[in-house]
Amino acid sequence: MPHIELETHLPGITGLLEYRKDTGQPIRELTQILMRGESTLTEAERELIATIVSHGNQCRFCTTAHTATADLLLGEKATSQKMKEDIESAPVSEKMKALLTIAAATGKSGKLVTSEMVTRARSAGATDAELHDTVLIAALFSLYNRYVDGMATAMPDNEAYFDTLADRLVAHGYMRLPQGYDHLKK
Amino acid sequence: MPHIDLPEEYPGIRSLFVYQPETAAPLCHLAQVLLHDPHPTLTAGERELIASYVSNLNTCKFCTATHSAIAKHQLGSDLSLVKHVLADPETAPISDKLRALLKIAAKVQTGGKNVLSEDIETARSEGATDIEIHDTVLIAAAFCMYNRYVDGLATWQPDNEAFYDKMGEQRAREGYKPSSINFTLTEELKKS
Repeated sequence: MPHIELETHLPGITGLLEYRKDTGQPIRELTQILMRGESTLTEAERELIATIVSHGNQCRFCTTAHTATADLLLGEKATSQKMKEDIESAPVSEKMKALLTIAAATGKSGKLVTSEMVTRARSAGATDAELHDTVLIAALFSLYNRYVDGMATAMPDNEAYFDTLADRLVAHGYMRLPQGYDHLKK
Repeated sequence: MPHIDLPEEYPGIRSLFVYQPETAAPLCHLAQVLLHDPHPTLTAGERELIASYVSNLNTCKFCTATHSAIAKHQLGSDLSLVKHVLADPETAPISDKLRALLKIAAKVQTGGKNVLSEDIETARSEGATDIEIHDTVLIAAAFCMYNRYVDGLATWQPDNEAFYDKMGEQRAREGYKPSSINFTLTEELKKS
């Protein structure tokens, strides 16, 4: 049960972003820019970064949500699964392996990102903008994971919730739905 | 040396704001709403203490020094109080409610799951409301983001108390609206 009273039809992060819309809005805007804005990283690659950080922080809601979104964008489930088991053996580019390693380190502490990690990413072709965005996405999901778990938000009562959520994050992105979320009430 | 090519005359998160103004806007907006805008019950000084306390737990020098200075200027220019809270909230001269909220913030810093129902009950028994509990968790979570951003890109974090104090005085007065953030280098920093 959540530590404060939240809308029962909105598990995970959505109930929190609706509880205080004035803090929810800049969090949504930042996420939209980072995850859906112009970038040399694909949306699927950025969802994999969000997934590896949420996985490292053991946040079940965020890990499931962003795994489902990455899988939908990639059209397969093997990449995210292998990445969560072991970044080095995942079927992603050498650049992505290096960026995922930096993201996983950032998720634990910013100080764990080493010059060696950055050099490896650069040798594999990573740009300043990609390094910047990787660290900020990892930092942002460190916020989300702590917010979702620190308030003890509910998990959805059925797995299909995450399919609907992934559809919405792919089709609509991260900004609040103009009509709100009342249609999710049973 | 920073991990990416940042404008070298700007320290900490400022260098990142100059590097990427597009993400700076919502990052400043969030800080403004959480820390500076009027709150039904928590003073700006109390909220800055939570930010400073979490930044210190994350050993982020720039954020700790900046938010300690802001807290100081919002709490009657008493830096010893801020330092006492950072070192040991248990014995610091603050309300029992704020002490309970700081304990929740410390749990959030180590991992959201570490916040237990008992911690919430203790805060409630000291008078904490839903919005105070929510904002404490979100401030702590947000500083786990800001701290990782500042340290993860290895930004320049000078040792210069006068610089942080001047910046803290300005932020305490003006808040975090991007338009009010003065990006020019202060004289103190140039001299150092």
